[in-house]
Amino acid sequence: MTTDLTFQLDGEDIAFTPGQTIMQAAKAAGVYIPHLCWHPDFPAHGSCKLCTVKANGRFGSGCTMEAQAGMVVENRTAELDDKRRTLLQMFFVEGNHFCPSCEKSGDCTLQATAYELKMMSPHFDMFYPDRPVDASHPDVLLDFNRCIMCSLCVTASRDVDKKNVFAMGGRGILGRRIHINSESGKLADTDFALTDRAAGICPVGVILPKRKGFAVPIGERRYDKAPINEQVKEPLKEATP
Amino acid sequence: MSFELETAKSPETLRRVAIDPVSRVEGHGKVTILLDADNKVHQVRLHIVEFRGFEKFIQGRPYWEVPVMVQRLCGICPVSHHLAASKALDMILGVRQLTPTAEKIRRLMHAGQILQSHALHFFHLSSPDLLFGFGSDVAARNIVGVVAAHPEIAKKGVLLRKYGQEVIRMTAGKRVHGTGSVPGGVNKSLSADERAELLKDAYQMVAWSRDAVALIRVLFEQNLAEYNAFGRFRSAGMCLVRADGAMDLYHGGLRAKDIDGKTLFDHFDYGRYWDVIAEDVKPWSYMKFPFFKALGADDGSYRVGPLSRVTLCDNIPTPLADKAREEFLAFDGGSAAGATLGYHWARMIEMLHAAETIKDLLHDDDITGSDLMASGERQERGVGVIEAPRGTLIHHYRVDGNDQVIRANLIVSTTHNNQAMNTAVREVAKQYLDGREVTEGLLNHIEIAIRAFDPCLSCATHALGQMPLEVAIVDAGGTVIDSATRDHRGLTHHIP
Repeated sequence: MTTDLTFQLDGEDIAFTPGQTIMQAAKAAGVYIPHLCWHPDFPAHGSCKLCTVKANGRFGSGCTMEAQAGMVVENRTAELDDKRRTLLQMFFVEGNHFCPSCEKSGDCTLQATAYELKMMSPHFDMFYPDRPVDASHPDVLLDFNRCIMCSLCVTASRDVDKKNVFAMGGRGILGRRIHINSESGKLADTDFALTDRAAGICPVGVILPKRKGFAVPIGERRYDKAPINEQVKEPLKEATP
Repeated sequence: MSFELETAKSPETLRRVAIDPVSRVEGHGKVTILLDADNKVHQVRLHIVEFRGFEKFIQGRPYWEVPVMVQRLCGICPVSHHLAASKALDMILGVRQLTPTAEKIRRLMHAGQILQSHALHFFHLSSPDLLFGFGSDVAARNIVGVVAAHPEIAKKGVLLRKYGQEVIRMTAGKRVHGTGSVPGGVNKSLSADERAELLKDAYQMVAWSRDAVALIRVLFEQNLAEYNAFGRFRSAGMCLVRADGAMDLYHGGLRAKDIDGKTLFDHFDYGRYWDVIAEDVKPWSYMKFPFFKALGADDGSYRVGPLSRVTLCDNIPTPLADKAREEFLAFDGGSAAGATLGYHWARMIEMLHAAETIKDLLHDDDITGSDLMASGERQERGVGVIEAPRGTLIHHYRVDGNDQVIRANLIVSTTHNNQAMNTAVREVAKQYLDGREVTEGLLNHIEIAIRAFDPCLSCATHALGQMPLEVAIVDAGGTVIDSATRDHRGLTHHIP
């Protein structure tokens, strides 16, 4: 296997190995490509579209597009970041994201990405969807108001925990949501545990360990210390039981 | 029951003057005055026109979110809501005693809140009236005018507030809407650097607070007759006091005295506040009217806040503020202690107490400790009461077995003062407006009476509002004969 293969990302040579996606190679090189649904431990989902780059003049998802030698890739251009901001605004209005009282504030990938991309307002009208809070589980709270449908919980529960606690279902912007695989539809009636990989995987504030909120003071939360684009090489923080 | 001047007999025959909204107060309210053809006052009402609904939308949220969410009620004293909610949730967690570090950090945060809020109210909101005169030129009657005419006073006001905000930032994480207090304790203590930083200016703040007490005394001396009589009325009062009867703004039992100074209850466990307090509702205001149950809705209204606290406590546990209290109570045979404008004096005494408390706590090593959280046996119901800058603040929650809030009741300081504020504006209307042509300067007298209470109308209805003023004069036939607006700079514009 050769290791001297490179492509250009915003004018910088990025080394890659055959089969690596643009996102994987960029992460290995410490270069930030905005993303929400991608996680290095799981197959790319390609749904949030925030990692859209322009490769050899064509738009594509950085998390699914394989790197090619000599490829010229645009990432943090004004054009792409502008489109990303619009995507983010849509994420914010489709859910109920009230950062001021959210315990994930300062640790939230969606919020950190919005700061990074300088999103100043939601721009679009809020949908205010009616989404449930499932507090039935003794150790874990599910607040679906904040769900961005990244499906990382679905994947982690199915592929790592082998429990299939979560599933994506329904149609349309307002109908599509995460469902709980139990007869009652409640988390308490599953074998979900705080130690599950899926319990710590949520990039926003949906899956939360109970009675731990606001334990970390302002100033010590992940994105208080450094913006998201400077934390590319660090492992994603996952909630600890 | 209707109080004097609350409801006119034939309102349709009277002309209506509205102060809408009232300016230089926190939140959005209006005053309506009904006058007959001879300008005799028949009805005066302070209306709170905001509606917010925190008590409803908090339902279903996890309890640990509550102290952070409910403080969004207010941008002036969010710490008070933050701490009252935390205290209520301490009870839910069965925590009877916080760790020394947690309690002292919360007390420090609260003292920072009292300092900054009282400085804001006195210097930014009320000093223009007091320094320039109640009916003075409206264009200069604001904080910018104070900066121009009395730069040293304005500077102290700004820096006192800034210091209080810094205390809050270092204890809560942010100047406004921090997260420092959590159910069962706090999430941080002070670092050695933070402690040293605050200590640098602590003594200066005590000195400037003493100057502020001296300033309001001089203003009283210079305007004795007017200040004593302005909106004066006799009232019952309530506040928290420490077990030994001393002032305690963070924790204690409820003490209440009736209009004659007779004790109604003392060291009452606030966990059952509903045994002594009930709330009345009137169709013309979103703000409820609390009253002492023992006296009934007709006679049971009362005052809370600095004037009640300073007069009802046995002493103040910091020496300079205690001495200032004694001088206040002795002033002119005790006249200032019963005056509506005595609120300002009492408020500055409390600011001095807060500055002294901050200084003392900064010398206590517990504030840098690491034992931050306590635990206990879980309860379903929790009540938290604190003396917020504007008065007694009650938070009451019930939390189910799934950790979700199922009921919330908030009785905020300004709500307690609702009837008292209405009485004060009616007294001022009788004193200054009755039979006279209404002018902007006279209407400002009404607002001065309201400002004395430092109302937070946003909190009281659990809303945010712009504060321009619109006055419309309507004849007996309902035709607008004159109207004017006052913009955010305090400048009046006649509407053609």
